[in-house]
Amino acid sequence: MGLRTYIITRILLTIPTLLLLLSMVFIVMRVLPGDPVDLHFERRGEPWQLEQMKRILGLDKPLWAQYIDYLWGLVDIGYFMEHGYPNLGKSMHETSEEVGGQIFSAFPATLELAIYSMIIASVMGILLGVISSKSYNSILDHLIRGFGTVTYAVPVFFLGIIFQLIFGVYLRWLPTGLRINPVVDPPATITGLYTIDSLLEGNLIKFSESLKALLLPSLTLGIILSGVFIRLTRTNMLETLRLDFVTAAKARGLKESTVTYGYALRNAFLPILTMMGLQFAMLLGGAILTETTFSWPGLGRYIVDRIEFRDYTAIQGAVVMFGLFVTLVSLVVDIFYAYFDPRIRL
Amino acid sequence: MSEVKIKRSIVARLIPWLTSLAKKGPSGWMVIFGIVVVLTLVIMTMIAPWISPYSPRARVGPIRDPPSVQLPIGTDPLQQVLTRIIKTPKPPPSPQFPMGTNHLGQDMLSRILSGGSLMLQISSLSVLVCFLIGVPIGLFSSYVGGIFDRTVSLVIDAIYAFPGLVIAIAIAAMLGPGVVNMALSIAVVYIPSYFRIVRSQVLSIKELTYVEAARAAGAKWHTILVRYIFPNVIPSIVAVATINFADAVLTAAGLTFIGLGVAKDIPDWGWDLTDGRAYLSSGAWWIITFPGLMIILLALGFTFIGEGLSELLNPKLQR
Amino acid sequence: MPLLEVDSLNVDYRTVRGTIHAVEDVSFSLKKGERLGLAGESGSGKSTLGLSLMHLVPYPGVVAKGHIRIDGTDILKLSENEIRFVRGRKIAYVFQDPMTSLNPVKRVGEHFVELIRTHEPTTSKEEAFERAKTVIKNLGILPERINDYPHQFSGGMRQRIMIGLAIALNPDLVIADEPTTALDVIVQAKILDLLENLRKIYGLALILISHDLSIILERCDRIVVMYAGHMFEYASSTELHRVPKHPYTQGLLQSIPNIELSDQKLAAIPGSPPDMLNPPKGCRFWPRCFYAKKVCHIKEPPLIDVGHNHLVRCFLYSEEGASGE
Repeated sequence: MGLRTYIITRILLTIPTLLLLLSMVFIVMRVLPGDPVDLHFERRGEPWQLEQMKRILGLDKPLWAQYIDYLWGLVDIGYFMEHGYPNLGKSMHETSEEVGGQIFSAFPATLELAIYSMIIASVMGILLGVISSKSYNSILDHLIRGFGTVTYAVPVFFLGIIFQLIFGVYLRWLPTGLRINPVVDPPATITGLYTIDSLLEGNLIKFSESLKALLLPSLTLGIILSGVFIRLTRTNMLETLRLDFVTAAKARGLKESTVTYGYALRNAFLPILTMMGLQFAMLLGGAILTETTFSWPGLGRYIVDRIEFRDYTAIQGAVVMFGLFVTLVSLVVDIFYAYFDPRIRL
Repeated sequence: MSEVKIKRSIVARLIPWLTSLAKKGPSGWMVIFGIVVVLTLVIMTMIAPWISPYSPRARVGPIRDPPSVQLPIGTDPLQQVLTRIIKTPKPPPSPQFPMGTNHLGQDMLSRILSGGSLMLQISSLSVLVCFLIGVPIGLFSSYVGGIFDRTVSLVIDAIYAFPGLVIAIAIAAMLGPGVVNMALSIAVVYIPSYFRIVRSQVLSIKELTYVEAARAAGAKWHTILVRYIFPNVIPSIVAVATINFADAVLTAAGLTFIGLGVAKDIPDWGWDLTDGRAYLSSGAWWIITFPGLMIILLALGFTFIGEGLSELLNPKLQR
Repeated sequence: MPLLEVDSLNVDYRTVRGTIHAVEDVSFSLKKGERLGLAGESGSGKSTLGLSLMHLVPYPGVVAKGHIRIDGTDILKLSENEIRFVRGRKIAYVFQDPMTSLNPVKRVGEHFVELIRTHEPTTSKEEAFERAKTVIKNLGILPERINDYPHQFSGGMRQRIMIGLAIALNPDLVIADEPTTALDVIVQAKILDLLENLRKIYGLALILISHDLSIILERCDRIVVMYAGHMFEYASSTELHRVPKHPYTQGLLQSIPNIELSDQKLAAIPGSPPDMLNPPKGCRFWPRCFYAKKVCHIKEPPLIDVGHNHLVRCFLYSEEGASGE
């Protein structure tokens, strides 16, 4: 098909999906029973309060106009250039605050957490999955599979709390909460990822401090996610190890490691990677809980805080942000897959 | 008398089924193990009112003040913890209260015994809703095919791709607390799973000869769906449903943790887990540990059933 | 000393549902440069037998008993590391389906280079590449295509590449497992001719595994007829063609269509191969055998020497069988 054609087609296909997504969020947040403003005031608001808020937020307009505003806000490039973030409306909690701004400032923390958790989960998952598949039906295999199953059943926040207890309170090795030890200033914002920014600054102290703060939350999320990855890798590897070309490679006397990694894993890798990309949505869900546990100032904690404030416009904005993030990641994963599969490339 | 007869016939059919399951190797054992775990927890919850040493809400132990301050950076942590432990009147597990008491003086064991009730209710309800909505839509849409099917699939896929917890949060935030509301929020997340599995099965069965034969014989579409296609889809649905149960339990716990759970006073594992966090730094580990373990156990039980069933139905990995 | 000696080989598959005796009590030998045919239906155990010659039976298969000696060394006793050097170098295997036997993500050249440098580590990459080009040129493939991926070749060409990989290191024995089943008839003949030419050039011994007895009769010196894991007959191809002794072999020969007869009914052996989890007691062929006697239902027939280096496993040729009931 050709790589270029594929990429263009895929990007074009994203548009209807995105539209669908945004519409569904709108329906849930505005159309479902329960007027958001009313709920904000817990049904005890004075009429003039409700009216005032609706006016400020543009919620007094007819529903279709709100829908247009909502969609327009996301594609309004002028607004984006001016503010550095898209127009997601104003917060109900502090009506002078732009939701977009709050979300964009909270997002990098979640991104950083997501990246590190993904790395931990992938490395653990693939390694243990390969080991498990190679020692099929042995005790090691069963142990690893058991580990994978159990980690899936553990609520991520429970694990987080246990970690906090052991490492944060009892052993006092690592900080709990905060992205970086308050004694140290955060690095200048280039990417928003503290670890990368501090490296770019050349400041190793900031780097190690931010890494220390990241360790527990990403370990928690990473371990829980690795359970799924282990199973994914194992299943894929088992299937691939039985394929003819693997036996043929062994029949040529190639080394065991060459056969496992060069033949089996290299072929299983792409499907594994794609499936991992699909689990990204699960990662985000877990991130919300992890951030809440560790008071990590990311999008997850933002949404939880906003729930407490009954700030429905902010919640809507955050949900939209999550949806956009997931769509973007799946797009990238698909393109990545196509790039590396020699059968599509040519 | 007739009760005894009914029980005996159920048992009589159950035992051979269980033994045949056991013969099928490790997958069968997983299923049995899972069923045992789940049944134990369900029964425990049901008979809790009779076997709890105290009422879950009764304040029978000494009341403790919630700790107010985080351990300051720099001071000797062990010293701080020990001081706090010694100072606060604390009832850790003891013969009188085998699982300790929480800050309100409520006996943890009693709370654990009845704490599963909410979770089981919510997850059962959500699985039921998922099933009642997801399966028919899946059957109908994939059987009809064409643009209708593709549109519905597109919508379902969009939901499926979305992070589950976010959907649940969005809906639960709008609907408010309550068992039914929570069940609905969770159900929406998992309807796509049922839809997809039903659809993939129907698509493969739809073109098989015996279905064509039925159509040629003049059977109406709903007859075909119900009599021919649906029975073949049931095994996969059961596998999905059990895993769905496990997910529902975990999602419900997650929602409670965030604060979107049910009203406060009902004993609930999720609630205790959330609540007990504040008392950790004073060393009261038992408030969160036991509820957490119970949640894990319940989720594990369902997961084992589901995984065992999937393996039995899909013997690709068996030679 | 013969190149290959198989001595009372037993290979089992230990599955959850029971043990399958895929290969039972098989013995034969092969001299240098000789051509041996393994004939049998699907499920007869011939592929398992082929793989076991390199100790490559896949899980849950296991060699339960017996010896396989290459140049005197029992390869079943070798460690994984030791046998690695036999595979690909002393013995090579050509797999049945060329479409799935090559690594889809590696270029053809890389397959060769890997092979050569594993067994002859002192070879440089460039040297290995040159040798690879020479090999595929001799197989009728343009050497420029050395950098192409497997999916860019047709089935027949992929099979040539497989054969190329097999002979690249000049092995003593090449085992070809149904090398033509996945190909059309014209390509089939070409591939078989190619194998024969290479055999003559390099002095290889060849084991040809196939369900097509006509091919085996034509291109092999000696033949082993397999059925349900048992060796039913072992003789030179001329002997087998002229005086087939086992009823099964006779049935197989009769079912080969003769292009010269204008009016021919297709003769097939009645019945079907047994379920290997629960094979018939006694001789495994008795349910389909025209000559089956009582003793065939009870005992497994022994291997009987009927002269001219011809072995048969059938009661017809033993004292017990000859005596009637």
